[in-house]
Amino acid sequence: MGVSMLNLGAALPEIFMAVSALALLMLGVFAGKDKAFRTVSWLAVAAQVITIILVVTGEGGDAFFGQFTADAFAKFCKVMILIGSATGIIMAMNYAERENMSRFEFPILITLATLGMMAMVSATDMLSLYLGLELQSLALYVVAAIRRDTVRSTESGLKYFILGSIASGILLYGMSMVYGFTGTTNFSVLADTLSGGERPLGALVGLAFIFAGLCFKVSAVPFHMWTPDVYEGAPTPVTSFFAVAPKIAGLALFIRVAIGPFGGIVEDWQQIVVLISILSMVIGSFAALRQENIKRLMAYSSIGHVGFALVGLAAGTEKGVTGILVYLGIYLVMNLGTFAVILCMRRNSRMTEEITDLAGLAKTKPLMAAVTALLMFSMAGIPPLAGFFGKFLVFEAAIESGLVTLAVIGLVTSVVSAYYYLRIIKVMYFDEPVEEFDRNGTEMNVIMAFATIIILVFVFFPNPLMDSAAVAAASLFGQ
Amino acid sequence: MSDWPILSIVTFLPLVGAALLLLINGDEANVARNSRWVALWTSGFTFLVSLMLWVNFDATTADFQFVEQAEWMPGLNISYHMGVDGISVLFVLLATFLTPICILSAWEAIQKRVKEYMIAFLVLETMMVGMFSALDGLLFYLFFEGVLIPMFIIIGVWGGQRRVYAAFKLFLYTLLGSVLMLVALLAMYFDAGTTDIPTLMEHGFGYNMQLWLWLAFFASFAVKVPMWPVHTWLPDAHVEAPTAGSVILAGVLLKMGGYGFLRFSLPMMPLASETFAPLVFTLSVVAIIYTSLVALAQQDMKKLIAYSSVAHMGIVTIGAFTFNQHGIEGSIFQMLSHGVVSGALFLCVGVVYDRIHTREIDAYGGLVHRMPGYAFIFMFFTMASVGLPGTGGFVGEILTLLGAFEANTWVAFFAATGLILGAAYALYLYRRIIFGGLTKENLKSILDLSPREWIIFAPLVIIVLWMGVYPVSFLDIMHVSVENLVNQVETAQAAAASAAQLAAN
Repeated sequence: MGVSMLNLGAALPEIFMAVSALALLMLGVFAGKDKAFRTVSWLAVAAQVITIILVVTGEGGDAFFGQFTADAFAKFCKVMILIGSATGIIMAMNYAERENMSRFEFPILITLATLGMMAMVSATDMLSLYLGLELQSLALYVVAAIRRDTVRSTESGLKYFILGSIASGILLYGMSMVYGFTGTTNFSVLADTLSGGERPLGALVGLAFIFAGLCFKVSAVPFHMWTPDVYEGAPTPVTSFFAVAPKIAGLALFIRVAIGPFGGIVEDWQQIVVLISILSMVIGSFAALRQENIKRLMAYSSIGHVGFALVGLAAGTEKGVTGILVYLGIYLVMNLGTFAVILCMRRNSRMTEEITDLAGLAKTKPLMAAVTALLMFSMAGIPPLAGFFGKFLVFEAAIESGLVTLAVIGLVTSVVSAYYYLRIIKVMYFDEPVEEFDRNGTEMNVIMAFATIIILVFVFFPNPLMDSAAVAAASLFGQ
Repeated sequence: MSDWPILSIVTFLPLVGAALLLLINGDEANVARNSRWVALWTSGFTFLVSLMLWVNFDATTADFQFVEQAEWMPGLNISYHMGVDGISVLFVLLATFLTPICILSAWEAIQKRVKEYMIAFLVLETMMVGMFSALDGLLFYLFFEGVLIPMFIIIGVWGGQRRVYAAFKLFLYTLLGSVLMLVALLAMYFDAGTTDIPTLMEHGFGYNMQLWLWLAFFASFAVKVPMWPVHTWLPDAHVEAPTAGSVILAGVLLKMGGYGFLRFSLPMMPLASETFAPLVFTLSVVAIIYTSLVALAQQDMKKLIAYSSVAHMGIVTIGAFTFNQHGIEGSIFQMLSHGVVSGALFLCVGVVYDRIHTREIDAYGGLVHRMPGYAFIFMFFTMASVGLPGTGGFVGEILTLLGAFEANTWVAFFAATGLILGAAYALYLYRRIIFGGLTKENLKSILDLSPREWIIFAPLVIIVLWMGVYPVSFLDIMHVSVENLVNQVETAQAAAASAAQLAAN
């Protein structure tokens, strides 16, 4: 598979996604206004499912003259991203119709953002990376502000747009410096150049800028400030989408950049990752302690989770990357389940977002409370639930790389974070019930059931996820 | 019959029962009644199956028995590995023995959310049994921490006034200790390439590494035991937990720490254990004397017994770190007898609490006039707790003191002093509750033990007497395994000493 080939076959899933997005746009426009919302949504879900099949069955290989690769790592991440966004669209449907948000553009924008993410994780060149990233970001800015008649949603979209653009600028600046000092934007050429012993200072400065930009995209501390506000302000289904697919894509991109072009100079960036990882874990857990709004809580929780995942990257080894990928797979499941719960927090046909609204859920809806409790225990990383294994793998990798202090700090902050997860359980189980929630939608129950079953039985069947993550990580280090 | 994976059956049978409970539906009274019976049958049957372990146990070998090994995470070289030796098999039996009793004791005391309560208890049983029979570090850790989930729910939902505080304190204290143990486990995994416990015992870690590993494990086990000064979660948890929760907490969960010392700290870090033995002795002696004094001043029956547990567990940790046969056997025996006796004492508190709904000692007095049967049972277990010869408590204490005397006379001296204080607070408690005039109005119509309560106490009385009169049937089981452990530790320490000698020359 030479570098100098177009090889469109490798990019078949992306091409299919792009074509379906355009076709759906036509359908939406010609069907008139918002009547086609449900049809377009289901078709978008179908397109993503077909894309998953295409990704899994695709033969892989490089494409676009060394700009793009469909290796095992990209495939693994794409499957997670597609599951996240397909579920995100399903979860949004009822909400959108009830809350007067049923614009057919919504599923199409999600599809486009997903396309961008797929391009991101497949990028093997700074240019294709940036193209994918911007396609994703632009679609997401609009999605955040999709309820343009409410102040909160508009504000959150605007905030996201401004800060996101700055981050993109920083990223681009870093790329230009790397290009200026090494003369290339191609990942494998960069890797060869940088590991050849010569490390131009300018390239390292560029590296720092690139990392800063990526930190913003994955909302790692100190570039996390937008997260709580955007999570709180955006409509809940949008938040649930934000917390999953773009996070996974961003971290996958982070791994790809760190291990790919800069894989030869791990010791130069390791301390940066260690620092942001510690900060994210600490801020993510301490700041969440006093949150009353469950969406804000989830924002800080996701910051903390990014910190934990970055522990695996800080290790800089194949084991570490395997750990992150497993972590992300489990994170995906837990978050989808938790947001399904949050989307079910409706009382008298109105959404509620305070943690105290969950009071006494164990009495009014015992099954939903049990599901939430299991999800929270899993988020806190209590064995034998799945959440523990993600933590176990990344910390194991960190210790093998000699980062014992990082592991100790991380695990101690995980105790702090256990407190606020427990608080949710406390509210549901120990407090007296308030009024009952409205009936759950069937699709939410299905998602919750799936998520719970997966986190419960993962301990018995850990190998499918762990083995495919290991294969994915190996493909990254095989180059 | 020996082909059957008995350990796995004992471990996961309660989980099957819990799954069955999930299926129970109908009106509330029906659900409650069926849940109680399903839970009782499941745990009773589990106990019967676990007796197979006792019957088929070969006490002449120190090897692990009933071993099961299956692939779990082959990529990481971590397997599902279960097995018991003379040290752990009795703890498995203790857990399966106490669970049906707990379920029976909650028969009338728990009236709300009975189904959930029973599910929590059965899950808890799985975790406890699994922990004592795990032969893989990661598996051990899963069960060790997994215990927290049902325990948090049990205290938080069915507990007393300050249950939320107590549940959080228990959870976070223990979790903080546990994560440090996780770091140590990961470090061991990194050093030895496996988390298989038998392999780790052979591995021989470097001295410096042993020190760190020991401290990390200590952080976890000391909280669990609990040792002074990290014992403060225990009185809170005990006071707020429902009776059955206290029984299982004192009876089995505290033993997880002591068992951990014997399973991990001693055989895997023998040199560090020797280095830190004075620390353990000091903390244990302080615990025995200090908590005994604190117990004297308590107004709450459960709190008093909770502090007495800390003191008794101090004896256990002293015994474990004497590194000799008597001390370690005494330590294990003390754990077993304390498991039964303190469990029984909490049940005694539960009996009057169910009737009067207070645990204040001052609210009682003169119960002997209305409740002679209860007075007898309570006295029996008070005496067992004090260590009266003829009860299980005596054997454990005398063996431990013997071992301590061989290791360090001062430790033996202070520990023995603590025992006198122990007698003081136990008898003082008994006098205030049982004797005196029956002056309180609400006590005048109090009823003696019901048949159900007699059924609960009868097996406990029998086992305590059995342990006291014929301890050999228990000591024989552990004897060879303890001998092996002592040899292991001594060999390692002697090797290090001679190496140091060589270096000095």
